Amino acid sequence: MSPRTFPLVVVAAIAGFMAAPFLIAAAPYESTMGLVQKIFYFHAPSGMMMFLAAFLSGGASAVYLFKGRPAADRLGLAAAELTVLFGLIVLVTGPLWARKAWGVWWQWDFRLTSSLLVWMVFVAYLLVRKYGGPGSDKLAAVVALFGAANVPFVYVSVNVWRTLHPKTTVVPSLGPGMREPGPP
Amino acid sequence: MFARTAWLIFRKDLTVEVRSRETIATTLFFAVSAVLVFAFALVKEGRVVADAAAGILWIAIAFSGTLALGRTFERERYTDTLRALMLAPSDRPAIYAGKLAAVLAMILAAEVVLVPLVAFLFDAAFLKRPAMLAGLLVLGTLGFASVGTLFAAMLVRARSRDVLLPVLLYPITIPVMIAGVRGTAALAQPVPDQPMALFWLMLLAAFDAVFVTLSLWTFEPLMVD
Repeated sequence: MSPRTFPLVVVAAIAGFMAAPFLIAAAPYESTMGLVQKIFYFHAPSGMMMFLAAFLSGGASAVYLFKGRPAADRLGLAAAELTVLFGLIVLVTGPLWARKAWGVWWQWDFRLTSSLLVWMVFVAYLLVRKYGGPGSDKLAAVVALFGAANVPFVYVSVNVWRTLHPKTTVVPSLGPGMREPGPP
Repeated sequence: MFARTAWLIFRKDLTVEVRSRETIATTLFFAVSAVLVFAFALVKEGRVVADAAAGILWIAIAFSGTLALGRTFERERYTDTLRALMLAPSDRPAIYAGKLAAVLAMILAAEVVLVPLVAFLFDAAFLKRPAMLAGLLVLGTLGFASVGTLFAAMLVRARSRDVLLPVLLYPITIPVMIAGVRGTAALAQPVPDQPMALFWLMLLAAFDAVFVTLSLWTFEPLMVD
């Protein structure tokens, strides 16, 4: 990121963070889930960010492995940290919602399980960087690359193994104003 | 040239193994102990929990396979021959391929004993479709060993490598475990569920294709000093 765009991004981020609580509070209540539905506004974007960061880390790690660019390594590490952070948010908010909606904290449902597995790969990435000793940056890069390549396999295998999560069709089924909470 | 180097490394590893029988003996014994540990957890009043045999089999393969993987490069490090191997004027990926073939042979040799043993102890019917079961075992073990051989190779020079191998290997090879366990369980049904087993077989084949290719690609930049 160039130094000129940086302040702009910071201002946009602060504005976003300040506006979000008001927008979420203004969104209408979902009829059956009630207040807990609002956890979606944290849960779903965190999930998207987690997978985006995972693929970014995998891609940057591939560049680092084959081209040896230090910048790619730093990007890979930063993206892996974001994957773990957003994954943690997903894995904390998910059970909170599930307790209310499904009556259990944890279900071996396919999105939950695949998110947990992808998250674990990137925790393993950070463990290698911390405890691998000298040269662990390249080892970790391989882990990130393999972890990103593994996502489709995790997705398909866990999907066939088990399915219970509200399908992606639940979001379009939410009433108007709940999908993208905005000023009424 | 590639095939010849891989073949020579494969033969060297097998010769070392045949002379000492170290890996196969320890791997097999460990696999049997793991099966026993799971038997105590999953057998209730003399009966096995449904589908447990397939799970026990694949967990035993994964655990004992990790042991075999750890040994294959540890042996090179211990005798200081890894450097010689890397200095040899040959394709690096060929070294990987040879090592992978040797590890695969050792784990499959252990499975030859392990699979009938699990079928016998838990009265599991997955031997009814031997060709399908062999396909699942070979493709599953290849998927596990392809990632494992690469990780074992790259961890040779890392600190705390014994701990890190399973830490890295298990999360990545979860699709192999799911496919192996579910595919084997489908074959063990009273009426074997062939389409299901075939689906898992295909998934394993795709996994192997992707991860063997990725491993061959990454072995070269990884093993540069």
